[in-house]
Amino acid sequence: MSNRKKMYLWAYAFISAPILGFLLFAFIPICFSVYVSFTKYSGYQAPEMTGADNYVRLLAEDPLFWKTLRNTVYSALAIPFGMALSLAIAVSLNQKIKAIRFFRTAFFLPTISSVVAMTLLWKWIFNAEYGLLNNFLGWFGIVGPAWLSSEDWAMPAMIIQGVWGGLGFSMVMYLAALQGVPRSLYEAAEIDGANLWQRFLRITIPSISPTTLYLLITSIIGVMQDFPRFQIMTEGGPNYSTTTIVYYLFQNAFRYMEMGYASAMAWMLGLLLMVITLINFRLSRRWVHYE
Amino acid sequence: MSGAAVGVRHTRKQASERIMKTVAYLFLISGSLVMAVPFLWMLSTSLKEEGVIFEMPPKWIPEPIEWSNYAFVLGEANLLHGFMNTLIIVIPTTIIGLFSSALAAYAFARINFPARNALFVMLLATMMIPGVVTMIPTFILYKSIGWIDSWLPLMVPGMFGAAAAVFFIRQFFMTIPSELEDAAIMDGLNPLQIFIRIMLPLSKPALVAQGIFGFLGGYNDFLGPLIYINSPEKFTLQLVLASFQGMYNAQWTYIMAGSVLALIPTVLLFFFAQRYFVEGVTLTGMKG
Repeated sequence: MSNRKKMYLWAYAFISAPILGFLLFAFIPICFSVYVSFTKYSGYQAPEMTGADNYVRLLAEDPLFWKTLRNTVYSALAIPFGMALSLAIAVSLNQKIKAIRFFRTAFFLPTISSVVAMTLLWKWIFNAEYGLLNNFLGWFGIVGPAWLSSEDWAMPAMIIQGVWGGLGFSMVMYLAALQGVPRSLYEAAEIDGANLWQRFLRITIPSISPTTLYLLITSIIGVMQDFPRFQIMTEGGPNYSTTTIVYYLFQNAFRYMEMGYASAMAWMLGLLLMVITLINFRLSRRWVHYE
Repeated sequence: MSGAAVGVRHTRKQASERIMKTVAYLFLISGSLVMAVPFLWMLSTSLKEEGVIFEMPPKWIPEPIEWSNYAFVLGEANLLHGFMNTLIIVIPTTIIGLFSSALAAYAFARINFPARNALFVMLLATMMIPGVVTMIPTFILYKSIGWIDSWLPLMVPGMFGAAAAVFFIRQFFMTIPSELEDAAIMDGLNPLQIFIRIMLPLSKPALVAQGIFGFLGGYNDFLGPLIYINSPEKFTLQLVLASFQGMYNAQWTYIMAGSVLALIPTVLLFFFAQRYFVEGVTLTGMKG
């Protein structure tokens, strides 16, 4: 065997584990999932072909699916709030601040913390009578709502927790982006008489736009698949007001054993995510500036 | 421009900078309070006596300080058992997965072989597949081979390496000059020996960063254990903690004590390896 051929063999041996993992735990399951989505399948008996029934049921016969879709979009309100706040934090941290490590740690801590622990904590904070939040609101004479048992307030509670828990990650990304903006740009703008706000709008925002796009895309993908928080905090309730697509999908798959229907739902969600991501990339040409 | 005008502009600039900084400090201090107070509330609740938590207005310093909540949660409530289970699952998975990823990363970074780029892109594409899509079929797969209610689904897939880790480590390998390897090839070392004796020792920072991410991901994972594990004695730490809700309904002292304990390992890890975290996150854009 020639030396070059030998090297090829080494290389293929080296990459074999991740490639095999991809085939076994991603590619083959995905193909199987397409098939299952066209069947009635409980996970116990063999799948039974039902054509496009699952998709028809999903789109035309299941009002709950549309409600969960609306809930999912509602929950995504956390994204603009979270991004704006984390940008504000990053800009503040970028002012040659003292104790930057302390502040960075404070905002980053929830990111590394267990979602289960954080959600249990917030469940206690949202407690209507004895929770921290309503206690705090009480100082201002506000009688806080019964957050998690109210149809109107359960989703806002989820959004508040989501923003709080997600700040650290976007902040670190934004801070890195801000540190990469050349000083000379600001100095030139200053000589031209641009004020602080104009410099922020004309220099900072465009310079960090690739990071904004990245955060937008990953946050949408993350938020639309967020499950554990909902499972622990609200279990989709009250009255389905916090049942997101993923939560509903999970219920169908593992509670009602409707694997076929749940797979169809997973594909609708997957397609939706792909379409949103593509649109984001398309639109980004207008507002993202690469150096 | 006259000297006076420059002077005025200069002081004005200084003044506006000072205002900016003050605003920044005020914002950061109030923001970090919003971040820290929930954690303090958690700690405070965890040290209270059952019943005291329903006192209004709440006391921040518990009286008496009830350490026994922790003892109860660790022992009788099985948190320590869950913690051991988590370690048994996560440590070998992380180490073997890291090795698989690094080995593949080495091939992608250094060896020229047919279809290299196509295979690399294919691997990266897996990072974009939404987890929801694979969740059900992989469950069916594990069920059909009898892996349900065992730790195997939480361990085996991870041992094959992760696309994100392959990518990250490859980027790191690309920055290592190839002279050392050239010398090693002259000495007749084979690629596996080069990888183990030269590349691995040189890439400690990248490996540590990825190892930490892998460990954290496994340690904090809730969805996987929730789907695959049924028997309480096989519960991971996160499952034990989540089960407190049903078992100690409204006993927030226990629930918060468990939550504090669950955070301690990750917080310690973070403090000892903060540099790796921040660099790793910004380089790969990956959450812990």
